[in-house]
Amino acid sequence: MPEDESQNETPPDGTKKPTLPPGYGDDGDESSSEEDTPSGTKKPAGPPASSGDDAGTKKPTLPPGFGDGAGGDGSADGEPALSRKDFQSDQDVRWCPGCGDYAILSAVQRLLPELDAEKAEHVFVSGIGCAGRFPYYMDTYGMHSIHGRAPAIATGLKASRPELQVWIVTGDGDALSIGGNHLIHALRRNVDLQLLLFNNEIYGLTKGQYSPTSERGKVTKSSPYGSIDAPLNPVRVALGADASFVARTMDRDPQHMKAVMEQSYDHDGAAFVEIYQNCNIFNDGAFFEFTEKETKPERALFLDDGAPMTFAEGKKGLRLDGLSLEVIDLENGRFSTSDCLVHDASDEMLAELLGRIFWDEPASNGSAGDQKLPRPFGVIYQEQRPTYEELLHTQIDGITEKKGAGDLDALFRSGETWTVE
Amino acid sequence: MNQTDAEVPSANGQTDTEALPEATVLFAGDSGDGMQLTGSQFTLATAHAQSDLSTLPDYPAEIRAPAGTTYGISGFQVHFGSGNVRTPGDSVDLLVAMNPAAVKVHLGRVERGGTVVVNTNAFNDRGFKLADLDANPLDDGTLDDYRVVEVELSKLTREALSDTDLSTKEVDRSKNMFALGLALWLFSRPMAPALEWIGKKFEDKPALRDANRHVLKKGYHYGETTEQFVTRYDVAPADLEEGTYRAVRGAEALALGLVAASEKSGLGLFYGSYPITPASDILHELSRHKNFGVMTFQAEDEIAAAGSALGASFGGQLGVCATSGPGLALKTETIGLATMTELPMVILDVQRGGPSTGLPTKTEQGDLFQAIYGRNGDAPLPVVAPDGPADCFRAAYDACRLACTYMTPVILLADVYLANGSEPWRIPDAADLPPFEVNFATEPNANGDPESTHVNGKKNGEASFLPYRRDEETLARPWAKPGTEGLEHRVGGLEKEAETGDVSYDPANHQHMTDVRAEKIQCVARDLDPPAVYSAGTGADEGDLLITAWGSTRGAVETAVDRLQGRGTLWPLPPGLEAIFDRFEHHLVPEQNNGQLARLLRDEFLLDFRPYGKVQGQPFTPGEIVEKAEAMIS
Repeated sequence: MPEDESQNETPPDGTKKPTLPPGYGDDGDESSSEEDTPSGTKKPAGPPASSGDDAGTKKPTLPPGFGDGAGGDGSADGEPALSRKDFQSDQDVRWCPGCGDYAILSAVQRLLPELDAEKAEHVFVSGIGCAGRFPYYMDTYGMHSIHGRAPAIATGLKASRPELQVWIVTGDGDALSIGGNHLIHALRRNVDLQLLLFNNEIYGLTKGQYSPTSERGKVTKSSPYGSIDAPLNPVRVALGADASFVARTMDRDPQHMKAVMEQSYDHDGAAFVEIYQNCNIFNDGAFFEFTEKETKPERALFLDDGAPMTFAEGKKGLRLDGLSLEVIDLENGRFSTSDCLVHDASDEMLAELLGRIFWDEPASNGSAGDQKLPRPFGVIYQEQRPTYEELLHTQIDGITEKKGAGDLDALFRSGETWTVE
Repeated sequence: MNQTDAEVPSANGQTDTEALPEATVLFAGDSGDGMQLTGSQFTLATAHAQSDLSTLPDYPAEIRAPAGTTYGISGFQVHFGSGNVRTPGDSVDLLVAMNPAAVKVHLGRVERGGTVVVNTNAFNDRGFKLADLDANPLDDGTLDDYRVVEVELSKLTREALSDTDLSTKEVDRSKNMFALGLALWLFSRPMAPALEWIGKKFEDKPALRDANRHVLKKGYHYGETTEQFVTRYDVAPADLEEGTYRAVRGAEALALGLVAASEKSGLGLFYGSYPITPASDILHELSRHKNFGVMTFQAEDEIAAAGSALGASFGGQLGVCATSGPGLALKTETIGLATMTELPMVILDVQRGGPSTGLPTKTEQGDLFQAIYGRNGDAPLPVVAPDGPADCFRAAYDACRLACTYMTPVILLADVYLANGSEPWRIPDAADLPPFEVNFATEPNANGDPESTHVNGKKNGEASFLPYRRDEETLARPWAKPGTEGLEHRVGGLEKEAETGDVSYDPANHQHMTDVRAEKIQCVARDLDPPAVYSAGTGADEGDLLITAWGSTRGAVETAVDRLQGRGTLWPLPPGLEAIFDRFEHHLVPEQNNGQLARLLRDEFLLDFRPYGKVQGQPFTPGEIVEKAEAMIS
């Protein structure tokens, strides 16, 4: 064993912390070594990308939105504006080059300076998986917890410290497999937090097994003959758990991602944000149908509250046919945008219909032919209802007002007492 | 009741009053007969008469078992005396049996020659059939060795209330008050506490209030007028320390200890819990005290209960959860995370019979290994064990203090017997409780690391916060609350680099951190006093045999030592034990598991500790320990 393994990993720019542990990034659970890359998938095109102090290093493989551009533009009047850099920790980012996680991290780091909370009020809680490393890269408070339990930990934190801004970072395995129980209960309780679910439809950190969102038939290391499991539809899980905010966005559209995150932050209650995230090592291109410019216009429907549902650069729309959705052609003269459904995020029945557009998307029976329905992105559903911590503290305050603030000596002496002299 | 101190003539001249040093009474009947209530009221009266006492409720796991069956029997045992009472009693002097099934289930616990009061109105063919008896135990010789007092409890109660408008059901339900009155008379206990309690309980129902009071008095006077009792008994007041007392159940005392810890430390109490027998009573108790700012959270599962408590601790609150053995197993991973993140957290384990679902309503001490060792990796933590129901208050308070002082999870091992049992508690003044001060980090604690180009992103000389820079004395790391400007930091389950808290896979660092985590827990022992050897007042601190025990077994062991001749934190072991052990030739370790402490002590001291395990769902009796000890030294 080399005396100082860390030297082997020091990047060319020399900014790596000397104290950074050797082996970080290639232990048994990590997925960055090339020999583990399945044949046929894209190889990383460059050295591991890194944020923080090595600004200026070129990262040709970085996804859109993860550059080293200027920070956020949210300077409050008269106050020294925080920038994106203020939210970058000194830790080297160790995701595989080309990973969709970079874009998500960048979007969050660009968004936070624009928000009305103090930097010290943000807390990121994560579970296990590639996404779980997220808090280490944020210069905020954070906890990288255990597999699937981030919603439980975040619930205790937010319930007891309502003034904090609590974010959960999780993945499809973390949130929907091992942590499924905590996910649905955090949502139904409506704890005021933002849950960012990085869905890449694969177990990445354990090097490529099918996940609860992988499509049936998927060939992975643990399913060489194809997975026989039916996938979960995260949006419908959230709707089924009565989430008060349900949205979907994608790593390859930083502007949309940032806007949805901002809406989730502004929402009072549990905000569920599914982010389609490309794992270029184990599941490359899983969402290209929706994210790449060749197919995105036809396959992605961007929802805008109060606006008609149109896609394909305005050439197509969605309308209601009985209880089904159908695609209509807005160019053939028969239909106009006034025939399209208008998105209303507060309509739970509409949310049901939109949520059902999933793997087995029903073919449209409309005039646009038997085309599959486009996948909706944006805020699918939102309602206002009291948050868990609001109810908890309102109850405590009410009882305290009624009974008076607790007196320990009186409590000790409640019930029958007697005195020995 | 075997020993008689003196014979005192009774006031009315008809019945003699015999003074006893101690006595044990057991009320037994259907779940619906109100036996727990009768037992608690007898306990209260006994407490008012200033006896020392200990109780053992024993009820079925089924909620509403069919009436009259043996498996539906609910019992409440009270042991009281003028001396030091530390157990609910070896054997019963008076059994009050509301039906034949109660006789069948509990007669084995009654001392030969003891008194059995039976409600003869329930001794009919139907009752025998329900109890699966072939014959009437009153006739078939079953009770030949006992003093049997036949009382028509149901009939007498109905007669007493014949001129009220109450329904037959309401009338019949008050027959336990008749039994209570009779027992109070028999042991010369005051009626006033029960009368007062009835007044409060039925404040809004004057008819029921008057009826219950009337029946209670009827039962009491029945004792005086009937000639069935030759002797009446009295137990002199115990020599209790001056002060105000109340009876307290262990579960209640645990809850009070947590509230006290929260109030004294100024930390908000966040209690995450998933319902589990027998720990749920703590949740019930705490959820009543929201005016102390207590946040109770009924989680979706055991894991979330622990996780939410840890989340609250990260937020700078007092994160606590409680469970029993199976739930502790589920919390294991979270406790490991608390060990790695070095956050305070208190886990109460009310032990029950195991493994698996085991005996949910019966007592055992089988989780000792699970508490001390039961985590992946080397994950040491302090374990606190109360030794009696009232001591549960001290133990809960101490567990919270240890957790915050040393920034560590702490497990408290109670058990069914401690949680459900009650005893007199000398109420402390809140002001006299040990100080409990928490100092949160508010300022950076480092000025950059000269060896490094930066620490936590700070340049040389620039103030920074090192979340794993330790207190020299306690080895605790600083506790910085989210929201504190400039102290932003990350914690997590991956190994942490010393000082910076950054993720580290460095082999030497892992060795160092493993060692420091162990050393930190050993620091706890520095604050502990060496244990005193109990020798029943003889002052002996060396000899043939030393009995070593932990937790709730203490009472039975001390009583056993009393007969043979005359606390604190369990893990880390207190200092000075080796010197004590060396002074004794033989070592006996009675515990309610299959020898877990004995193995632990053998491992630590390389001496021949003889395990004496009892796993029958019932606590040790002093007699059992006497027998074993005598066999070892004879």
